[in-house]
Amino acid sequence: MVAKFNQNDDSVVVIIGSGAGGGTLGNELAQKGVDVVMLEAGERQEYEDFVNDEWASFTQLAWKDPRTTSGSWRVSKNFPTLPAWIVKAVGGSTTHWAGASLRFQDHEFRTATVYGRIPGANLLDWPITLAELEPYYARAEEKMGVTRTGGRPGLPGNNNFKIMKAGADKLGYKECHTGNMAINSVERDNRNSCQQTGFCFQGCKWGAKWSTLYTEIPKGEAIGKLEVRPQSQVVRIEHDASGKVTGVVYVDKDGKEQRQRARVVAVAGNSIESPRLLLNSASSKFPDGLANSSGQVGRNYMRHMTGSVYAVFDRPVHMYRGTTMAGIVRDEGRHDPSRGFVGGYEMETLSLGLPFMAAFLDPGAWGREFTSAIDGYSNMAGMWLVGEDMPQETNRITLSDVKDQYGLPVADVHFDDHPNDIAMRNHAYQKGAALYEAVGATRTFPTPPYPSTHNLGTNRMSANPRDGVVNKWGQTHDVKNLFVSDGSQFTTGGAENPTLTIVTLAIRQAEYIADQMKAKSI
Amino acid sequence: MNGHQRRHAHHKTALSRRAFLRRSSELSFAAAVTITAGGALLNSSEAWALDVKGLQPQTMKTLILVARDIYPHDKVPDRYYAIAMKSYDEKAANDPGTKAQIETFIASLDQAAGKGGYAGVGWESQRVALLRAVSNSPTFETIRSGLIVSLYNQPEVWPIFGYEGESYSQGGYIKRGFDDIEWI
Repeated sequence: MVAKFNQNDDSVVVIIGSGAGGGTLGNELAQKGVDVVMLEAGERQEYEDFVNDEWASFTQLAWKDPRTTSGSWRVSKNFPTLPAWIVKAVGGSTTHWAGASLRFQDHEFRTATVYGRIPGANLLDWPITLAELEPYYARAEEKMGVTRTGGRPGLPGNNNFKIMKAGADKLGYKECHTGNMAINSVERDNRNSCQQTGFCFQGCKWGAKWSTLYTEIPKGEAIGKLEVRPQSQVVRIEHDASGKVTGVVYVDKDGKEQRQRARVVAVAGNSIESPRLLLNSASSKFPDGLANSSGQVGRNYMRHMTGSVYAVFDRPVHMYRGTTMAGIVRDEGRHDPSRGFVGGYEMETLSLGLPFMAAFLDPGAWGREFTSAIDGYSNMAGMWLVGEDMPQETNRITLSDVKDQYGLPVADVHFDDHPNDIAMRNHAYQKGAALYEAVGATRTFPTPPYPSTHNLGTNRMSANPRDGVVNKWGQTHDVKNLFVSDGSQFTTGGAENPTLTIVTLAIRQAEYIADQMKAKSI
Repeated sequence: MNGHQRRHAHHKTALSRRAFLRRSSELSFAAAVTITAGGALLNSSEAWALDVKGLQPQTMKTLILVARDIYPHDKVPDRYYAIAMKSYDEKAANDPGTKAQIETFIASLDQAAGKGGYAGVGWESQRVALLRAVSNSPTFETIRSGLIVSLYNQPEVWPIFGYEGESYSQGGYIKRGFDDIEWI
């Protein structure tokens, strides 16, 4: 019997967002006997409804509500109203992600200490260590079925991976394999194994890729403790005179305002909407935004140093066949300042279909130089470079002058590359091109960062309340019964794809919230 | 098509398929696409015709050539550029503002090109130079960015580039060559 809670029930935990953070937190709390109302702005599309068509899928799943951009980043020039490619649907961006599930490295929790002072970079050590997170990482890997962990076999290598591996061998890279992927290499958890369909980004129609949509959420619903309300966009978090959060206001699918009372509120709307919501929840008690005494809400926006290298060969590759990202070279992920930058980056196989290749290979380009590249599409291999970008206070989410359909300011996303980001990207482009040239590429392309698929840091963890928004549990420094549960918690970005760490933090946060509720501290 | 053409349409298609593989080196665009007495565009060798409702036929013809010059693919027949540009004619038929915008844009290209207009300029590189001179204009950017979807998102175009499209209904690629590369 699926739960249904009264809007005046102030004993529930309200979670805003249903993705990697919100979805996992919801189920973990439900399993511990806590009542949860999960409010998701998007619709509920089940995985049978996904479509193997890039633009149609984008229309179905992507967040398209207005945002603005500013700063010198190229995304602002080419895609001024699309700073990020993330999801507005039940399951959040776990419907669309590629499945790459890597643990952070030890030093990546201690970048201020290890990297030292980097001018312009707002580095800070996390208030937690890898050692503290390790048991939770293991539980997350088990929950998600991550390959090459817990005895789970790796996925087989597709054509795109085979080229990466051959090039990696030629360059002397030592750690190249088909990745730690939250994609079933065998049937598991009542879900199919991967059929190498090639539309991972468009949602896995087999359910082989882990997504909260068809794992955490149904499990929480089945135990009768989790109620998911789709098409329920939260517009404000309310608090009482003492500063304790009392509930949220959301707009339902008919456009009507509703209020849900809450004992605890967890914000998990991804790193653009989460700080926007806190800023839009400003009050006389919190004039700079809810839980923003530090002024750090919205700041330190990170999107990872990203870029891609595509290479054309003189024979067919068909890189779009099979998993989009099951392939990785980890050697450059180390911290090695002799390369000219701090932090490291991963090299991960990537493919786009023809429609998206035309859109993203070189946005704005035209003419024969561009079309001769597209002509080589079926002979192309590709990789995505993802590395640690520097947190900067001026890279931030603020409230725009543009208003949304409810009359509320939308988010502006401001970003400028840090010199460390540029140095790292240039190094990565060179290495990526060298890898493909070593195995016969006739032409290589450095592709600029896409609208951000990794969005981090805008409500960051800190030991000291003046340096960040939340503590080591994701609990806001200012308000005890208000939590942040998505990637906006990240103090720094590491070189690794963020989802595994978001799930890990949510598992741990659920324990803390349940304990605190039992102790009546919140 | 008249009765004669309909009876022989299958021959035309067979010929045209070969023509698809050798487009553009044989006939200039200006010669390949003619304007019928009824004001439609006709490409006999590729066997397609396009009724033109909103724009002047010569404007539509030039617009299709502009589309090809922005994103030139020798192995993509004119028909797909025509399909990509169709929506401008439809919009122009319903909205005088769009009609004026496109007619003005093409007219200024024709003027810059001199005698024979844009479509009469023989060398692609010369036509591209004319486009580059207007590439900062909003109309050019609208046309260019629109082509990213209107040209490259046509499923009929995908096989020309070797992209196989939808995959789930065929069981994915696990038995259809996901790892079949042999030359590496």
